[in-house]
Amino acid sequence: MNLELILFIVLALIAAVSAVMVITQSHPVMSAIFLILNFFALAGLYLLLNAQFIAVVQVIVYAGAIMVLFLFVLMLLNTSSEFKVLTDKKFIKFFALLISAFVFVQLAYLIFFTKPSNAVKGNLNVSSQIGTIQNIGKELYTNYIIPFEAAGFLLLAATIGALILAKKKFE
Amino acid sequence: MYQNSTEIFQMMPFIIIGAGILLSIAVEMSIKKSELILPWFSILIFAVSAVISIAGIQQESVLFGGMIAAGGKAAIFNFIFNVGAALVVLNSVDYIKKYGTYYGEYYILVQSSVLGMMMMSGAKDIIMIFMGLELMSICFYVLAGINRKKFSANEASMKYFLLGAFATGFVIYGIALIYGTSATTKIDDIISGFNRLITNPLFVAGFIFLLIGFSFKIAAFPFHMWVPDVYQGSATTVTGLMSTTGKTAAFSVFIIILAAIFSTHSINKFTPYFAAIASLSMLYGSIVAISQDNVKRMLAYSSIAHAGYMAIGLAAGNISSESGIIFYLAAYTFMNIGAFGIVSIIEGENDTQLGISSYAGLGNRNPVLAAFMALFMFALAGIPPLAGFFGKYYVFIGAIEGGLTWLAVIGVISSVISVYFYLRVVVYMYFREPQEEIKIYSDNLSLSAVVVSGLLVIIFGLFPDTLLNLITSALIR
Repeated sequence: MNLELILFIVLALIAAVSAVMVITQSHPVMSAIFLILNFFALAGLYLLLNAQFIAVVQVIVYAGAIMVLFLFVLMLLNTSSEFKVLTDKKFIKFFALLISAFVFVQLAYLIFFTKPSNAVKGNLNVSSQIGTIQNIGKELYTNYIIPFEAAGFLLLAATIGALILAKKKFE
Repeated sequence: MYQNSTEIFQMMPFIIIGAGILLSIAVEMSIKKSELILPWFSILIFAVSAVISIAGIQQESVLFGGMIAAGGKAAIFNFIFNVGAALVVLNSVDYIKKYGTYYGEYYILVQSSVLGMMMMSGAKDIIMIFMGLELMSICFYVLAGINRKKFSANEASMKYFLLGAFATGFVIYGIALIYGTSATTKIDDIISGFNRLITNPLFVAGFIFLLIGFSFKIAAFPFHMWVPDVYQGSATTVTGLMSTTGKTAAFSVFIIILAAIFSTHSINKFTPYFAAIASLSMLYGSIVAISQDNVKRMLAYSSIAHAGYMAIGLAAGNISSESGIIFYLAAYTFMNIGAFGIVSIIEGENDTQLGISSYAGLGNRNPVLAAFMALFMFALAGIPPLAGFFGKYYVFIGAIEGGLTWLAVIGVISSVISVYFYLRVVVYMYFREPQEEIKIYSDNLSLSAVVVSGLLVIIFGLFPDTLLNLITSALIR
């Protein structure tokens, strides 16, 4: 057993157990904290796959920004009553089950019934370097420069919009 | 990469709008009375960008390593977006004072939304479609709720944001599946491998998600829930913008993706989907609009019906029906901006004077406004020789050529139904006595926007061939 396999098993176990804990915890804040743990374990798995950029983004954006937002919302809401609303409705459970089943079937199909695409098969050395930060940076500033600029305008418009909607007083 | 001067010329509309946004922000930050400068600056950049787009219609080129196309179809769409937005800005100058949102940021958001639309209509890569869609949508969410003190505006913004985010979720999920199965985001590569990819169920699922996401944006029937409340609650000029240019942008994406598939593969696999949403949207929009007394809400339902008429062209999927859709979109943009322009003139403070009874006796009190309102209502109903008639006519012709005569018949039936509620406004204006005292804040700028759209509707109606030939030549290339 090499180190990579051991690391994979440990991280995968943490990810799976914390994912189960997210849905079994009765207190929403505890669920959120287990979700953070799950995100960290997934980031570790991405690192094992040589996808540094996605691992970093996973930690900064998901475990950082989005989870803080989640926790803020949970703390602002009255969590105990909110929890009751969610469990009382039967159709919400049904809907959640439906979506999980859909995602499960889709992933199972991907893993067991599809062949790896040519991009992965072709040159292992090249494809393993796709996810590194250098390569993503290079692509972003050459081939994808226009979407990158567009994202800049998108964030600018969103900032202006947030200012308009949240600014206290207009002169 | 690009030393070619024609390519720089082709890029100019994007550069002008992008630089215009940045300049507008600088003006807004540094000058106190920016509200007086920005509308004219916006109109200037929209006009220049429209002229340059239409000047470059003859040569089509793909820019930035296959990210964005300029010229051809994209030029026609850019022309619609820019002229439509310029008219809306002209219409807004005095309206937003009355509405209580006299901020310069309004214009910056309108400019940004136009940049997003231009990215969508020129996209050659799915990433560009998504970026443009989000840029446009985020600007619309904010514009819908730009008056924070108004409850209806807050409701409109919130509803639009939540359902729009839901639709975006569909789009991005679809894009992820398409990328996962085809290993490319380039639209041309996806289309050339379409016959091979369509056998993969995950690709089909992704494509359907993409279609559903954009069906939200065009406001077609099963995905129309947000339309009436959002169109009613937003500022009237903003409704004019998002019901016309926003719809045009979403349709442009359908045309970019599907038209290329239709032209390379003879069998149209998406006919059932589009035929279903087309027939249901037409009937639903026309029937529900009958019972609306609020003119803005009536126009919202009519917008659903119009999305249905245009979707007929997507179901037929041949060249004549596609040029019909683009003609229809141009005609619809100008007649609807005109109609919403008049609604914004009649509208009083605090959402008053929006009901149809406020239009009673308008023919005597303000004959010019009444004449133009009648013109737009006739055009929307599709009465010749106005632009709206030819839009419907070309789409129906395309449907009959594509063997979908039943769909054209449903279209004609719902057009006949829709005549009732459009002409009801005309009847109120000319044959009813006013019940209450209505104060109309008529201003010259809004009126000039209405007059320009009215003239465009008449010109497109009298000389439809010129525009249609232009569109067809751009599509065939």
